[in-house]
Amino acid sequence: MRMAEKLKRREVLRGMVGGTAVSVALPFLDCFLNSNGTALADGGKLPVVFTSWFQGLGFTPGFWEPKTQGFNYESNLQLKPLDPFKKKITVFSGLRAYTDGNVVVPHGSGPQVCQAGGITKKNEVLPTIDTIIADAVGTRTRFRSLDVRCDGRSETFSRRSASSSNPAESSPLALYNRVFGAEFRDPNSSDFTADPSVVARKSVLSGVTERRTALMARLGSADKARLDEYFTSLRQLEQQLDLQLQRPDPVPSCRVPAGAPEDAGRTTDMADVRRQHRLFAEVLAHAVACNQTNVLGVNLSGGAGGSGLRKAGSSMTFHVTTHEETVDPKLGYQPTVVWFQQQVAEAMFDFLTAFDKFKEGPSSLLDRSLIMYSTDNGDAKTHSQLNMPMLLMGGAGGRVKEGQHIAAGGHTVARVGLTIQRIMGMPTTTWGTESNTTSQPFTEIMA
Amino acid sequence: MKMTRHIGLVVRRLVLLCGVPAFAVTASTALTPSIAATEGAASAPGSIVMRRLTPEQYEHIITQTFGADVSAVARFSDQVRESGLIAISASRTTITGPEMEQFDGLARGIAEKVVDKDHRDSLVPCKPASLKAADDACARQFLTSVGRTLYRRPLSEAEVETNVKAAGDAARATKNFYDGLSLSLAAMLISPDFLFRVESTDLKSGQGVLDAYSKASRLSFFLWNTQPDDVLLKAAARGDLETPKGLAAQVDRMVASRRFETAMRAFFSDLLMFDEFNALNKDAMIYPRFTQKVTQDAQEQTMRTLIDLLLTRNGDYRDIFTTRRTFLTPSLGSLYRVPVAKTTPNMEPADWVPVEYPEGDARAGILTQASFVALHAHPGRSSPTLRGKALREILLCQRVPDPPGNVNFTVVQDTTNPNYKTARERLTAHATEAMCTGCHKITDPMGLALDVFDGAGSFRSTENGAAIDGSGTVDGIAFKNAVELGKVLHDHPSPPKCLVTRLTSYALGRVPLAGEKSWIDGLQAGFAADGYRVPDLFKKVATSPEFFKVAAEK
Repeated sequence: MRMAEKLKRREVLRGMVGGTAVSVALPFLDCFLNSNGTALADGGKLPVVFTSWFQGLGFTPGFWEPKTQGFNYESNLQLKPLDPFKKKITVFSGLRAYTDGNVVVPHGSGPQVCQAGGITKKNEVLPTIDTIIADAVGTRTRFRSLDVRCDGRSETFSRRSASSSNPAESSPLALYNRVFGAEFRDPNSSDFTADPSVVARKSVLSGVTERRTALMARLGSADKARLDEYFTSLRQLEQQLDLQLQRPDPVPSCRVPAGAPEDAGRTTDMADVRRQHRLFAEVLAHAVACNQTNVLGVNLSGGAGGSGLRKAGSSMTFHVTTHEETVDPKLGYQPTVVWFQQQVAEAMFDFLTAFDKFKEGPSSLLDRSLIMYSTDNGDAKTHSQLNMPMLLMGGAGGRVKEGQHIAAGGHTVARVGLTIQRIMGMPTTTWGTESNTTSQPFTEIMA
Repeated sequence: MKMTRHIGLVVRRLVLLCGVPAFAVTASTALTPSIAATEGAASAPGSIVMRRLTPEQYEHIITQTFGADVSAVARFSDQVRESGLIAISASRTTITGPEMEQFDGLARGIAEKVVDKDHRDSLVPCKPASLKAADDACARQFLTSVGRTLYRRPLSEAEVETNVKAAGDAARATKNFYDGLSLSLAAMLISPDFLFRVESTDLKSGQGVLDAYSKASRLSFFLWNTQPDDVLLKAAARGDLETPKGLAAQVDRMVASRRFETAMRAFFSDLLMFDEFNALNKDAMIYPRFTQKVTQDAQEQTMRTLIDLLLTRNGDYRDIFTTRRTFLTPSLGSLYRVPVAKTTPNMEPADWVPVEYPEGDARAGILTQASFVALHAHPGRSSPTLRGKALREILLCQRVPDPPGNVNFTVVQDTTNPNYKTARERLTAHATEAMCTGCHKITDPMGLALDVFDGAGSFRSTENGAAIDGSGTVDGIAFKNAVELGKVLHDHPSPPKCLVTRLTSYALGRVPLAGEKSWIDGLQAGFAADGYRVPDLFKKVATSPEFFKVAAEK
């Protein structure tokens, strides 16, 4: 059923304000921020941090959907590990990733619809929601986004276009060094002097930028687009240098991690992957608290094909188990699969804990976070794109009505992506392709 | 009961095939036809493609330009594969913001080393008038010379000026000549002229032909997997590459060079998907002999086998399926349960020992090596389907379709699902399942022949106590075991043709177009007529006019 969207007056105004901001050549959200993007212009609140948290192979139908709808829902077996944060978690059930008869990749199409709003006949690659948001809100932070993956690999679903996928950091130590290494400027440091070597770096980069016109003239249209993306990346580097030349606004809650984390390397043992994930969560929480970025991409592992997650000593990976394990007649589910899925829920709990314990005055980092959980299949053993589990976690700085179960039978998962963009203050009114096209955010969760 | 068995195997087969990576690489995993039939008019060449340097090329260039101790420990993101080759995806990818950060950090690290006190005397050909001030003359001398190497062509006067000015500005900002020089060099190392291979057509000879320096780069990245050397750049400057004789002389020189082995290794490493070893995990409790050292040695074993057969002995390509000659380390010996004699003249342990398996041994050819059977298997067990799929796709250039989506396997979850002892039993029981039989018929017979090698590559004659039967047929020709499968593939028409297609794709950075079919056909015929000699094939590609032809620029 397609309903005409009934926008609340506040939503319309929010979009219009955004449109006005664009017209003065500022990223639209900047109208809400102070000059350094560290706090809202009214001086009261810190910006919302968006996280896309992904793990393939989903949950088991019938065992994760809350038993009641609305607020104070009664959680089901598989989301029990998240109960301590239930009031901060909105669960969407019944959502569907429409494939419209296009080429379906068993573990690739679902994430594409959840994160990019659809798949197309020509199999074009659409930008994922984290890059859409990062382009909008990440331009005033040192890093436009930080992406991590916990099994030692670096492939992610995150991408701006077909030719530019964002690689993840695969080592917590490397992430720590990148964020808190020599180039980190403590926002609370009492003295600030512009580093002459940064001035010098910026000046040499202008010579590279000058190459643009000459090179563009020699290339075909596809290569022109690739080179254009190269220069966009170069511009991001210049923007990072610009920020290093400005005195950062103090961020009272910023704390540098006590020490560098260990490095586990490539691993697929679930216990090691979860440990790696906890180390990442700590560094990311510190990075966000110190205003180094407002957008995160967290991948416990990859889609099923890239994910060899396993129990130590078992010959079967999580993925293979979803297809081969028989259903226990007494339990009614695949016990090992559910074990893996419980581990995923517990990993999410770890992430929420890391952000919740990071206090910023009376509230926490979790309170100003908006964390989207998405996956690849509604039922991994059948590669089903029906009943895709999706969660939104965190308070988004007061912009969401947290802790609901929304049963949205048959609606597209793209509604969640649209809702997120609206919560983040973006003027997007329609999102998605073909049957996933929607103009209908979940207004019932928007404060 | 019978139905349950069948569907149980549908699931198993689907599992084996559905391990497709993220949608992020969907396009790259779908093997397109060997020749793009729909693109291009009858004789139109492909357009220029701007290729990104691979991590290996980046490292080779840094090492060859500045020396091995100015190391470039590059941490690049995982690469994707398109139409069977990373070399093709290098023509499609760009550099993202996070990658730019990595390249910038890497470039500054390299540049700082080049001008530090230990290296500046040997790498910078002049001394500044003052350490604390800009010195345009000295900067010009260094940047002009190093620029020609890094950009693979002489710099224009305007480019030189830009770089010298950058070095001067940076020296004044930092009050240090070498800091300025280092930052200017670092900027060169992240410039698109360095990180991408940007080609140009020759204005003098009209459109449709690469200019001399672009030709030199194509040659050197194809035949050496690195930048042109001084001799090649000088040959380009003289116009030698414009004449068949001059071109042939350079190609002969390059193929005779030791660097040619590097290029052969790069090609076969790409073709055989050795980058996948970076993500390979074997369960240490099930396969305790499959150590990190084995992971490295398994790749090197295959490389040594290929180089010895194809380059050192100038052998027949088809023998890669049957050769009993290989090289082993003690670690591989432990995995294969083959005693490896440690014999060096001074009685020290030898790293690599040449081995020739006796006639009748269960192993022959690269398909029986761990680099194939362990790479194309699960973390804790073998996979006839993954192996058969890999064989078809990598070495025969055939496409094995992905499994269907939204398949309902509910009935499979019946607890009466029997426990078959061998993979063949599991797969045969399912042979009549129409939905999956089509694909599995083309993958499984070849894969089952290799099932005598477990998930790590060790030989076994039984699985769960039952004897493993490795017999089957390929395109109507029967074989009894893995060694016989190798013989069938040796005489099969597809592998040499596939190699020619893959090598030309690798050379061009794209799938050959319909208009290039007659060129490919000619190369395939020549390959057969020459006795399937791979170095000769490299030479023929490199001396073909088609290798340098490009569509007119718009």
